[in-house]
Amino acid sequence: MDILDFDYMLGLVPVLLSYLPLTLAMAAAGMALALVLACLLAVIRVLKLPVLNGFTMLFISFFRGTPLLVQLFLFYYGLPQVLSFLTAINGITATIMGLTLHFSAYMAESIRAAIIGIDRSQTEAALSIGMTNGQLMRRIVLPQAARIAAPTLMNYFIDMIKATSLAFTLGVTELMGATQKEASGSFLYFEAFVTVALIYWGIVELLAWLQRQLEHRLNEAYRR
Amino acid sequence: MIKVRQLVKRFGQTTVLDGIDLDIQQGEIIVVIGPSGTGKSTLLRCLNFLEQPDAGTLEIGDLEVDVTRATRQQILAVRRRTAFVFQNYALFANKTALENIAERLVVVDRWPEEKAQVLARKILERVGLADRADAFPVSLSGGQQQRVGIGRAMAAQADVILFDEPTSALDPEWVGEVLSVMKTLAEERQTMLVVTHEMGFARDVADRVIFMDEGRIVEQGPPSQLFESPRDPRTRSFLRKVLSENALIGE
Ligand SMILES: Nc1ncnc2c1ncn2[C@@H]1O[C@H](COP(=O)(O)OP(=O)(O)OP(=O)(O)O)[C@@H](O)[C@H]1O
Ligand SMILES: [Mg+2]
Repeated sequence: MDILDFDYMLGLVPVLLSYLPLTLAMAAAGMALALVLACLLAVIRVLKLPVLNGFTMLFISFFRGTPLLVQLFLFYYGLPQVLSFLTAINGITATIMGLTLHFSAYMAESIRAAIIGIDRSQTEAALSIGMTNGQLMRRIVLPQAARIAAPTLMNYFIDMIKATSLAFTLGVTELMGATQKEASGSFLYFEAFVTVALIYWGIVELLAWLQRQLEHRLNEAYRR
Repeated sequence: MIKVRQLVKRFGQTTVLDGIDLDIQQGEIIVVIGPSGTGKSTLLRCLNFLEQPDAGTLEIGDLEVDVTRATRQQILAVRRRTAFVFQNYALFANKTALENIAERLVVVDRWPEEKAQVLARKILERVGLADRADAFPVSLSGGQQQRVGIGRAMAAQADVILFDEPTSALDPEWVGEVLSVMKTLAEERQTMLVVTHEMGFARDVADRVIFMDEGRIVEQGPPSQLFESPRDPRTRSFLRKVLSENALIGE
């Protein structure tokens, strides 16, 4: 079969895999930051904090309502023209920033739904023993919400790994950027992109498997 | 000693508590009875600031609060000195029986974890659940959950424990064990304000029974007096109704 140059593909795998750490690092950093931000946004929405609630709704609406690619271009190419301190920002940072803001908007909504799903009487019980709102959130509500939201958040993490490929449009040589370079050197575009697709697919399948294990564990939680 | 003066609570146009005056002596066991929708739960919830009252003053020991001007600190202070037992138990689902009881000591009173666990274990023993310390609420029966709920209130070492129909959500088979924990507490002279339909408990345990109707205290007195010679016609008709119901279900 000579449609595919297998030897080339096999040789390409280790080359591309050497860029995988950067891809995963961007996704991990984006995920960690997005989680923190999403929790904050969700708590603001649930407690309906004055003023902040309005801003949060606007924020969520904007970041869910515009394409991630547009947001990335806005941060990397657009904003530095207006805000000079952003000119120093590199493609990697801009990608992480974009992923954080974009995904936090989605994640905030699933965390909020999870929080609302928790029986209101537990909140009252926590208040009745004299907990502050912060203690109530940290000790009672968020741990339970995290378990409810975990499968969904895991899906967002998988989406985020795939979305890191957009970093290549900001000149970052990650998995996708590296493939593009290799392909334009060898002209074996088909082989190169099939290879990178298989790599993404493999990672996602691995994570999906982990997710199923996690879900199984979570279903067992609080049953003793 | 707890003093409630002219406590008012409105929901929109309806006045649910219409100027409640109530003194509770230390060690006193008070049972509150009355028709549905009369404001019994609302009274308890106002005393714990789960509802924000619209007027009145609250005195708990040396703490005096004008409810309309209560600061955040005062609200927390009131909550820390009044414990609440909920009809539906309202246990923390992510905490074990032991943690449910210790939570307050660790988080609110800032006790070291170990000291809190020692007291929590003692309390679990007193409510008869020493062997279920590590169980999560979902794996406890209703009666066991409510006993943990009472344990959580005991840990607060509050000036008063407020019980809002603690046995109403229970299957009949679990009512007895919960009432018996409450009786033990009463024998130890833990100050209690109990809303309940368990007339037997009121008769046996209460120092004073309060009959509420339409947001007011209509009549109060020792159980013997209130049950045997109620003065107000509303009390009489209410008692006739519940006592015949109780007789029907064979109490
Ligand atoms: N959050 C609320 N918003 C509006 N109305 C309320 C609210 N909570 C209670 N009410 C109303 O206040 C009145 C008193 O309610 P409450 O629950 O205190 O009565 P109760 O004496 O405890 O009745 P029950 O014996 O049925 O528990 C009722 O008419 C109820 O509908
Ligand atoms: Mg009630």
